[in-house]
Amino acid sequence: MLDFLEGLGGATLRVLARLGLASRFFVTVLARTPGALRRPGLLIPQVHFAGVRSLAIIVVSGLFVGMVLAVQGYEVLQRFGSADSLGSLVALSLVRELGPVVAALLFAGRAGSAVTAEIGLMRATEQLAAMDMMAVDPVARIVAPRFLAAVVSLPILAAIFSSAGVLGAYLVGVELIGIDSGAFWSQMQASVDFRMDVLNGLFKALVFGVAAGLICVFEGYHAAPTAEGVSGATTRTVVISSLSVLTLDFILTVLMFRGLN
Amino acid sequence: MSDPLDAPLIELKDVRFGYGERAVLDGLSLSVPRGQILAVMGGSGNGKTSLLGLLGGRYAAWSGSVQVEGQEVGRLSGARLYALRRRVGMLFQFGALFTDLSVFDNVAFPYREQTSLPESVIRDLVLMKLEAVGLRGAAGSTPSQLSGGMARRVALARAIALDPMLMMYDEPFTGLDPISAGIIGRLIQRLNAAFGMTSLIVTHDVNETLRIADRIVLISEGRIVRDMTPQELRESDDLFIRQFADGLPDGPVPFHYPATPYARQLLGEGDAHA
Repeated sequence: MLDFLEGLGGATLRVLARLGLASRFFVTVLARTPGALRRPGLLIPQVHFAGVRSLAIIVVSGLFVGMVLAVQGYEVLQRFGSADSLGSLVALSLVRELGPVVAALLFAGRAGSAVTAEIGLMRATEQLAAMDMMAVDPVARIVAPRFLAAVVSLPILAAIFSSAGVLGAYLVGVELIGIDSGAFWSQMQASVDFRMDVLNGLFKALVFGVAAGLICVFEGYHAAPTAEGVSGATTRTVVISSLSVLTLDFILTVLMFRGLN
Repeated sequence: MSDPLDAPLIELKDVRFGYGERAVLDGLSLSVPRGQILAVMGGSGNGKTSLLGLLGGRYAAWSGSVQVEGQEVGRLSGARLYALRRRVGMLFQFGALFTDLSVFDNVAFPYREQTSLPESVIRDLVLMKLEAVGLRGAAGSTPSQLSGGMARRVALARAIALDPMLMMYDEPFTGLDPISAGIIGRLIQRLNAAFGMTSLIVTHDVNETLRIADRIVLISEGRIVRDMTPQELRESDDLFIRQFADGLPDGPVPFHYPATPYARQLLGEGDAHA
């Protein structure tokens, strides 16, 4: 029993210490972020890597999610004779939830894990130490641009994901199943509110970008300088980012939509 | 008043430092005059690399004083620490080249980050530094295309980019074939003379060290136990020095890590592995 309590206490302390370390790191990174904005030469390649190179997986996933939504949505809606509402169902689910959340999960798996591995290996091979010894701050030079790239890219990726999803739903719902194209678009237009739905969705994606960006650079920067250290950090990036995105999504959804009923 | 240039460049007094509870350096004192090539030798785990960390301001000593050019390094932070580091070059054990940059860009890195020189001037400076280490022809390569010895020469060119007053070498000969090690050794000597630097080499390569160092100190159990010239090391019949210089497995420095007596452990006494 005592052993159990001791283990529990130890684990709690370790989690708290890690959270404290992450918070302090977050403040340091934020303080270096304006500097990264002033050096587009450092930022643009990172946005290209995190954003542009994620486009394929984002567009393809978006298309498929949209197509599946159309099939499933149609099947349920036509039972109530409201198959024409398919457009609004698909658009609302994508813009409010699936776009930001799935884009963030994919982002953590593709770009986040790569950034963690890259920074972790730079630490293991003493590249960060060498930079620091050359009087160049590795947080400003390496970490801040990668963090900022995640914050910039994710809202755009989420928007692209949602658009691809709507297109996928159109292909299946209108072209394949045969719902009236006018009804599909006009229902969508009538039910999606720009501020409540589109802007809130983009805001969610921005928050997820901050979370996923911070987690991937933090795990890489604090990875143990060994093979297991880097592989463990990469795994943690994907797991912690995904859980954080889902938790944050729940909190944000409650805050954004509780006043509506 | 004495000329400040006569004052030692490095002055360590009674330094204590370690990791966790364990002190690696314990009461270490050392003074290095300008222009000298000093080799710090000693077995692995004797705090040689920690010494470089202290001098570069990467760690702070538990107690004692670590001074470079009269400045207490442990008390410097932020901009003042970086101002000192701009004048200190360090060659890491495996070079630590930036793997995402070409050889040229690696050497250009300090200029681009620390100066506002136009790119045409940087180009000439980089080619000069690469020429100094004999690798001007490899400017377009990436670090992964280089051999270990070449990578270390590129890293050396990068480390001397800003003409440091002090160069620190962390195991510069480790893992190199004799020819590459000889090249690095001669470069250390030539650069030290040509740029008026002071060099601190942490190493356990006895042959190379005897060839290039002005002075050799041996570290054991956290402090300096011998301080001599290469000539004195060659001629010494001190058992400790001979064990180290000739690579004898057992002697004053025991081969065995401290343990329960062998027979007793085999009979089931002692630690958890019994």
